Amino acid sequence: MTVYLLRRISQSFLVLIAMSIIVFVGVYAVGDPVEILISPDADQMERERAIQALGLDLPLWEQYAVFVWRALQGDLGRSFVYNEPALQLILQKMPATLELAFGSMFISILIGLPLGMYAGLKPDSAGSKLIMAGSILGFSLPTFWVGLMLIMVFAVQLGWLPSTGRGDTAYFLGLQWSFLTTNGLSHLLMPAVNLALFKISLVIRLTRSGVRETMLMDYVKFARAKGLSPSRVTFVHVFKNILIPVVTVVGLELGSTIAFSVVTESVFAWPGMGKLIIDSINVLDRPVIVAYLLIIVVMFITINLIVDLLYSALDPRVRLEGKA
Amino acid sequence: MSATLEVRNLRTHFFTRAGVVKAVDGVSFTVGRGKVMGLVGESGSGKTVTGFSIIGLVDAPGRVVEGEILYQGRNLAKLSEEEMRSLRGNRIAMIFQDPMMTLNPVLRVDTQMIETVLAHEKVSKEEARQRARDALGMVGIPSPDERLKSYPHQFSGGMRQRVAIAIALLHRPELIIADEPTTALDVTIQGQILAEVQKLAANTGTSLIWITHDLSVVAGLADDIAVMYAGRVVEDGPVSEVLDRPLHPYTHGLIGSVPSRNKRGEPLRQIPGMTPSLLKLPAGCAFRARCPRADEACLAEQKLEELLPGRHARCAHPHKDEVPA
Repeated sequence: MTVYLLRRISQSFLVLIAMSIIVFVGVYAVGDPVEILISPDADQMERERAIQALGLDLPLWEQYAVFVWRALQGDLGRSFVYNEPALQLILQKMPATLELAFGSMFISILIGLPLGMYAGLKPDSAGSKLIMAGSILGFSLPTFWVGLMLIMVFAVQLGWLPSTGRGDTAYFLGLQWSFLTTNGLSHLLMPAVNLALFKISLVIRLTRSGVRETMLMDYVKFARAKGLSPSRVTFVHVFKNILIPVVTVVGLELGSTIAFSVVTESVFAWPGMGKLIIDSINVLDRPVIVAYLLIIVVMFITINLIVDLLYSALDPRVRLEGKA
Repeated sequence: MSATLEVRNLRTHFFTRAGVVKAVDGVSFTVGRGKVMGLVGESGSGKTVTGFSIIGLVDAPGRVVEGEILYQGRNLAKLSEEEMRSLRGNRIAMIFQDPMMTLNPVLRVDTQMIETVLAHEKVSKEEARQRARDALGMVGIPSPDERLKSYPHQFSGGMRQRVAIAIALLHRPELIIADEPTTALDVTIQGQILAEVQKLAANTGTSLIWITHDLSVVAGLADDIAVMYAGRVVEDGPVSEVLDRPLHPYTHGLIGSVPSRNKRGEPLRQIPGMTPSLLKLPAGCAFRARCPRADEACLAEQKLEELLPGRHARCAHPHKDEVPA
């Protein structure tokens, strides 16, 4: 187990190094921030000075070396625009995105698993057909449109829920969280549901196909032949087996939700990381973009590791000591 | 002495889109107390469905449409699902064909055994564990205490089948339906399991229905035999008599097909053709198209008739007066 973890972590460092090079070169290729950051009226002297201050006069490999050297000391650079450390800027926005992502994940599991189980156990019932038809809608309706509709119905016409912002926040672990106050929760609900729609459909479909596959297995029939109650067969024998694919996909989805919930954050003016990265790309704020992408890489690596650990808890046949 | 199980005119049909599949179509047999009944036939002859019908596990689109399954005087076909569940795994147990598939891969062996005990008896978990351990010991699994904590994938195929048998034995059932339990195992393990089961059945007075296509297994194990073809019993009787002197041409062919009975160097004997589709069975004898003795008389519906004392066959031209092949 320890050997496994150590190997995984060293592999992660390789991924991180490769990723940082790709990101750095990629961002360098996108465009020259000088054109956007420095006012067109500035004379040649001022330009030179600004370029030098930002470290943009060095050749690419030297810029990268400086970046790596500072990164090892925990400094991912300063934002060109806000003149604040990029890392701090991102971490400030992180709680908002995290609670949004986890909220939507929670909703999708809470709704998707039971509906998927039902649809898998009674595939021919009218309810199941309704659920499956609904899941197609969840897949195909564009997020921004559903978000606008939600705002129109629940905020504008019914006036039940606020349409923008995070609402009241409370401090926990030194960070601000909306889900700890009722007002904050009411702000969180709509964007979380909006973000969850696609995932609910995904979980429903995965669960349903898993249940239908598992129900045909000999061990389910054998469990019934042992005289177990139907609920024990369903919730122990079938359920534990379908969790494996669900955990995989939900884990990966969680990563991409945290990284790329830009649309929902924009529609609901949710001050999260998604909005920050879009703004930074617009003004070519290189340090923020690079720092953001590296944080996302670390997050994906961590989530994958957690998913693998969960695997071994769920499926005894997976042995982590085995060859990679 | 009453029989443990009496199946009368059982019909189990599957209502598929392509039509009604008469997987079991009028099967009758009796299993005496402590007796082993061999249910023999080719793939698709309805022997497995017969087993599932008895234990009440025929899934949609199939269902038992007719007949009685009398277990100690109660008709199992008429019991509610809840009554049936209390018998399943308790008084009537079943062992499946493929031991690699019958145990749940993500649950430990002790979980799967203890839940079986607790499904039918209100005992403490500790006592249930004791019972599970004793059952494992009984089927010859070394160091049962440790093995209880293992997962199925840590056992070999033969060991897994022993675990399945131990589970079937947990409540000392009156009847065990064994659906080709040794087919997936290699020959030495097969022999061990057969000997084990025979010993257990003799010690506990448990009746067995042993479903197989392997006549050599039945020869050594069963008291009685019923040969099935296309959803019907075509011949039954005491095992030694049926094997020595088969009445039905199909049984005759089956016995002739056993390779060890052929002479070395000669081509192996076989029954020509294949089992007919159960979707559109011809009227009359279903074996007609493959039978060397068939003629016009076989176009009529055949009844299972007592041709010799204790021996029944469903045939217009039985091998009645011949010496064994």
